[in-house]
Amino acid sequence: METTTATKGYQPMEYKSEEGRLKIFGFWVFLSAEIVLFSTLFATYFVLVHQTAGGPAGKDLFEVNIFAMETFFLLTSSFTCGLAILYMRKNSMKGYLIWTIITLLLGLGFLILEIKEFSTLVEMGAGPTHSAFLSAFFTLVGTHGLHVSLGIVWVTSVMIQVIKRGFTPVTARKIFMTGLYWHFLDVVWIFLFSTIYLLGVA
Amino acid sequence: MKDFLFNFKMPEHFFITGDPLIYGAYVSIILVSLAILFVLTYYKKWVWLWREWLTTVDHKKIGIMYLVAALLMLFRGGVDALLMRIQLTAPNMHFLDAEHYNQIFTTHGTIMILFMAMPFLIGLMNVAIPLQIGARDVAFPALNAVSFWMFAAGAMLFNISFVLGGSPDAGWTSYTPLAGSALDPGPGQNYYLLGLQIAGIGTLVTGINFLVTILKMRAPGMTLWRMPLFSWSTLITSVIIIFAFPVLTIALALLTLDRVFGFHFFTLAGGGSPMMWANLFWIWGHPEVYIVILPAFGLFSEIFSTFARKKLFGYNAMVYSMLAISALSFLVWVHHFFTMGSGPWINSILSISTMLIAIPTGVKVFNWLFTLYKGRVEFKTPMLWALGFIPIFLVGGITGVMLAVAPADYQYHNSYFLIAHFHYVLIGGTVYGCIAGLIYYWPKIVGWLLNEHLGKWAFWWFTIGFNLCFIPMYIVGLKGMTRRMYTYPAGLGWETWNLIATIGAFAMGIGFIILVWNMYYSFKHRQNDTTGDPWNGRTLEWMTSSPAAEYNFAVIPQVKGLDAFYLIKKERAAGVKEEAPEIKPIHMPKREAFPVIMSAFMFVAGFGFVFEWLQIGFLGLLGSVITMIWRSFNDYDRDYYIPVEEVKKTELAAGRRV
Amino acid sequence: MRLKTKYAAIFLTMALLLSGCSSLKSGVLNPQGPVAKEQYDLIIWSIVLMSIVFIAVIVLFVYMLVKYRAKSSDEDYVETEEKENKWLEILWTAIPVVIIIALSIPTVKSTFKLEKSPSPNQKPITIQVTSANWKWIFKYPEQGIETVNYVNIPANVPVRFQLNAVGPMNSFWVPELGGQEYTMPGMTMYLWLEADKAGTYIGRSANFSGKDFTHMQFNVHSLEKGKFDEWIANVKKSAPKQTTDMFKQLLQPGVVKEQTYSSYPNVDVNRLDENGNPIIAPNSHQHGKSDDTEMKMDMNMNMDMNSNSHHNMNH
Repeated sequence: METTTATKGYQPMEYKSEEGRLKIFGFWVFLSAEIVLFSTLFATYFVLVHQTAGGPAGKDLFEVNIFAMETFFLLTSSFTCGLAILYMRKNSMKGYLIWTIITLLLGLGFLILEIKEFSTLVEMGAGPTHSAFLSAFFTLVGTHGLHVSLGIVWVTSVMIQVIKRGFTPVTARKIFMTGLYWHFLDVVWIFLFSTIYLLGVA
Repeated sequence: MKDFLFNFKMPEHFFITGDPLIYGAYVSIILVSLAILFVLTYYKKWVWLWREWLTTVDHKKIGIMYLVAALLMLFRGGVDALLMRIQLTAPNMHFLDAEHYNQIFTTHGTIMILFMAMPFLIGLMNVAIPLQIGARDVAFPALNAVSFWMFAAGAMLFNISFVLGGSPDAGWTSYTPLAGSALDPGPGQNYYLLGLQIAGIGTLVTGINFLVTILKMRAPGMTLWRMPLFSWSTLITSVIIIFAFPVLTIALALLTLDRVFGFHFFTLAGGGSPMMWANLFWIWGHPEVYIVILPAFGLFSEIFSTFARKKLFGYNAMVYSMLAISALSFLVWVHHFFTMGSGPWINSILSISTMLIAIPTGVKVFNWLFTLYKGRVEFKTPMLWALGFIPIFLVGGITGVMLAVAPADYQYHNSYFLIAHFHYVLIGGTVYGCIAGLIYYWPKIVGWLLNEHLGKWAFWWFTIGFNLCFIPMYIVGLKGMTRRMYTYPAGLGWETWNLIATIGAFAMGIGFIILVWNMYYSFKHRQNDTTGDPWNGRTLEWMTSSPAAEYNFAVIPQVKGLDAFYLIKKERAAGVKEEAPEIKPIHMPKREAFPVIMSAFMFVAGFGFVFEWLQIGFLGLLGSVITMIWRSFNDYDRDYYIPVEEVKKTELAAGRRV
Repeated sequence: MRLKTKYAAIFLTMALLLSGCSSLKSGVLNPQGPVAKEQYDLIIWSIVLMSIVFIAVIVLFVYMLVKYRAKSSDEDYVETEEKENKWLEILWTAIPVVIIIALSIPTVKSTFKLEKSPSPNQKPITIQVTSANWKWIFKYPEQGIETVNYVNIPANVPVRFQLNAVGPMNSFWVPELGGQEYTMPGMTMYLWLEADKAGTYIGRSANFSGKDFTHMQFNVHSLEKGKFDEWIANVKKSAPKQTTDMFKQLLQPGVVKEQTYSSYPNVDVNRLDENGNPIIAPNSHQHGKSDDTEMKMDMNMNMDMNSNSHHNMNH
């Protein structure tokens, strides 16, 4: 195995060890399981989207300003996360740290907006226990939000490890995997945004 | 906040009382726990237990733990089955009341599928797959331990329901609205949801792990099309797990949200859809059937080939038919509820797609039979179980095609005909496969063989008992007896058949006891396997010593074709000189404490949510997240090298040339 | 050889099963109406086709075991290098395909046929079936009467059972008259059955629904047309009326004896929740199909079960 990699020419640091390659591949497989998970949630949402039990529907609840802002935060954070990895490849600790912190702040901004959105809905009496539609909405969007929260914890923990240990094949692999995860959440959000929010207010 | 933290709402019955069975369970749980504590302390085995087992990441040891757990669960599920059969021996019996009977059939089904069949097969995969593909371990040894301990936490949680709070009682399918909080309040059903959820995470991780292992860690020269069938079946099963288990995760999560947090996914009030549960459950549930049958198919393929002393017939067709089965497995779920008004179009299409599964399955059966053709068939015990599988699975399969006929299914659905069918495929396929595989790999696991004579007794008791037990069920099913009835009136012509079925069930129980006794007996009269190749095997696992060394292979073998070890042995016999390959230091993973700790936290979380003590639930979740972060910070230097000298010493001790 | 005797035993048992010896003449194998007969024929056809597969495999199996079992005389056994045989493999793929075609054509035909009345020229009778914890309620909308835990039907008249559930799902099954269909909460399902002649047939719930599910057995009495009309007239004359309260009481979990009523209250069971209480919905846009004026009544009076029905009396 060691010999085959040498012939391939340039190898990013995270791919240099057998372990790094295996873990990254495994993480892709994990993400495909995540796709099934979210697809199932989307399916339940579309089964129940009209079951409002006489309560409010999407168009009564979703605010364009808020979800547009959320989208802006998350899409930008996906870009800055990519930049962080670029700087990691360039072996620039400063660049990596700056862009990672910006990514984290954008992620936090997204999360705060989402929590505000949820609490407003609950205060309005449109909490998840009000109707099947709201149950499905809160569960789907909330599952994504929970993933973002875990992502923030994970990215932060990896950042601290990088500060302590510098760029090594192990930390590089971790940075790369958190990056994959973050982009994945971004892709899920694009689906959420277009099929739930945009179709909801249309 | 204070209210939230210190509010422990007790369910009506926390400690289940009032039944001798339950008191018996209490006493035996306490006695067994005390005995274990005493033995561990007296023989100063705590450190040994922690270092050698609780924190191990060795696939072989994890495999053993899975197998031990699976056998215990087979015992528990089997006792459930016998209790049900006693109750149904004669009409109007009062051995169990409805509530107990309902709990028992629910736990029987759930345990047998999720806590017996799955871990049994995953255990055998753990034991054999890395050896079979010539690897030193699985791709992610630490995650492998996570899988096992998650499964263990889920299984423990599910099993304590019997004494604390009450067992689930809405059937292993747990259809809503019956399983919703309105009709089934209390912790019982929550045990089902949380126990399966935690164990399910472990299974998903196993799927990912084995997929990566098989795709990326095969010995040099072993292309996909040179892979033994058990490896192929594990690969395909892993793919099914990855696509099916997230659906179960969601289904369980949604019903948990309904029950514990008052959501409305499956309740009529609020506009939820009870029917959606049936869909989600079977979108996972049908592929699940193939998750537990395909690895058994793989094991049978190995065993037929070994004991017929012949290459597997139609290897390519065998692989393609498994691929076809796995694809079809996602397209037939509606056949579990033809009678729920899906309409004639859907019923027709799903009827035909279900029948289509018979084609690749038929191809497999004929290929197995032709593997025997011109072979030299030895009736060793693993082969007996494999041969027993053919006619039993055949009966299960053809009645399965009969059930696929939608209009006829209106007459079979939920009757004992259905029960007989799926026991014929699940016992004939999965259980026979597990037992065959266990006996086959036994010497590789422990280093000595099981007694053949006792093994044959076990086989015949079990097989005759099995047919006595389940053929009558086809008949009473056609006579109108439905599943899950806790008793039945006299005079419907069901009595004799039920009596025969009970006798058969006890014969199966005797078969199981002989099987377990055989393990003890064969240990006492050990017949050590010094060669590492007791069956004249054909695949790489038989190239290692029995049991295999910690590092599996001192030198990773070169694979030159299908049945790699057979080819090597043929070359050796022909006198081809083997180059003595140089032994290098071997890279191995260190043991890990976090899987067992994290799973313990998950157990606490599960327990909290079962009783709707949310503070405990969230505390447990927090604990497992913190464990993960802790592990992430300590994810450095998790490996070490075994020096050449030590490898040589181990190899010499096992009687190998170096 | 023991193996052989064992398989002979299995084979015999199967043969016994197939020969339909007299003790099997009950339930599914004793069809007493056109629906059950249709399904019975299909079952027999599938058994015939499957027997071909069964016999072929068993013969091959026994042959292989007898012929190629290890003998001491073949110590010098040399393994053949044959790995596959294209023609054989095509053969055992093609034959199942043919068998499945032979099975799926009548399957599809029957599936569509069973959606319609078994005797299209006959005027059918409609009976509304509601399963509740743990009893069967039968309403005769054309006659205005209700029975509990038994149902009388006219012989030789197609019956259109309209199925509902309050609480858990059940499955309505009368094996001798035909296959089952689920009763589901919040959703109406249909099942056609017909009895060829007068007689009593046992029905039961086939889907587990909780504690007393086992006791959800009921009798279907098929009566000659004249007898049936006589019975209706009798019920109308002498049986008590059922009030809303009595109906609410009936929905409470428990097992009850057979009951007969000359009338029943107007309750839409599809609008009852798991515990038999009306589903409270501030407005019911999504419930669709029914007309708006009745919907408004729903909004105002949804606690009064008499007022919120609009599905029941639509004939």
